[in-house]
Amino acid sequence: MAVPTTFNSSAAAFIGGVKSAWTSVFFLVLAGTYIGMGALAHDYGFASWWLALSSILVWAAPAQVILISSLGVGAPPIEAAIAVGLSAIRLFPMVVALLPLLRSPSTRLRDLLLPAHFTSVSMWVESLRLLPTLPRERRIAFCNGLSVGYQSTAVAFGFVGFYLAAGLPPLFAGTLLFLTPMSFLISTSRNARQMVDRLAFVLGLIIGPLLTYWHVGLDLMWTGVVGGSLAYAVHRLRKVVA
Amino acid sequence: MSTLLAELWPYLLLILVGYLPNEMWRVLGLVLARGLNEDSEIVVWSRAVATAIIAGVIAKLILFSAGALAGIPLGVRVIAALCGFLAFLAVRRSVFVGVAVGEAVLLLGGFLFAH
Repeated sequence: MAVPTTFNSSAAAFIGGVKSAWTSVFFLVLAGTYIGMGALAHDYGFASWWLALSSILVWAAPAQVILISSLGVGAPPIEAAIAVGLSAIRLFPMVVALLPLLRSPSTRLRDLLLPAHFTSVSMWVESLRLLPTLPRERRIAFCNGLSVGYQSTAVAFGFVGFYLAAGLPPLFAGTLLFLTPMSFLISTSRNARQMVDRLAFVLGLIIGPLLTYWHVGLDLMWTGVVGGSLAYAVHRLRKVVA
Repeated sequence: MSTLLAELWPYLLLILVGYLPNEMWRVLGLVLARGLNEDSEIVVWSRAVATAIIAGVIAKLILFSAGALAGIPLGVRVIAALCGFLAFLAVRRSVFVGVAVGEAVLLLGGFLFAH
């Protein structure tokens, strides 16, 4: 897991990003997750190219699972669209927190279109960890390389899972599905170095399942707003006291 | 004509039902993030909100599992997640070791206690 610090050109930074993606633990996590996704798409009667296109365009595992499992059983499209839209709310604060790290005074809006589209948990966690060590003018290229590395992994192993589908025992399929929460749990907590992020993480772990258990609507949005704001308030109070 | 439509229909659904409802949040973030720098208070707050949501997603995936993961008992899933996290803390804060230990415990527990 090399952490490069300088690149001579944007092309070198892009390739450095791809390499970083393919040598990080997320390579294995995405490979396993998308083998599971491929099997799911196969079982619900979608084409392998449909799955590949959804990995490129949607690029968010929870949304893809919702899309496949709801459309696959013939749910009304509007219901599926609402469920996907609700699952994707997290992308909004993630993009807001990520883009200021990528931007320099000369950055144009269109340079940020791709990184915004590529934003997903794996890329976000790694970008927040690695980008601060890189020169600002190379960050966008590195981030795009990182994302292309992750997305190509997802697409390739989606095909693998699709054609393996019939031979996947349920216990093995279950352990593949466990890769996402297990790796997110560790990598997100590793990234949370400041008190405000650690507190937000712990509050999210507690509030999220409680709201689900109580059947509160928009549970994840409220988890974010309540948990994140509480953590932020404590952070501000400590600043005032100090 | 109708067969062509039938073939394109899943792709049209992918755009309308998958891509657009998902992508709108990224575009909204792009619009709002203009002109903010990384130390600004809105960015610190956004990072806290995003972190809390991701934590909520993690807890939900483990406690209220769907699909094949639901076939592995809740206790096994929780203990596997704890073991993985403790292994991460114990062994050089390695994400790889944490994920590998968590998966191994889940596999073993699932093998012994699967419904």
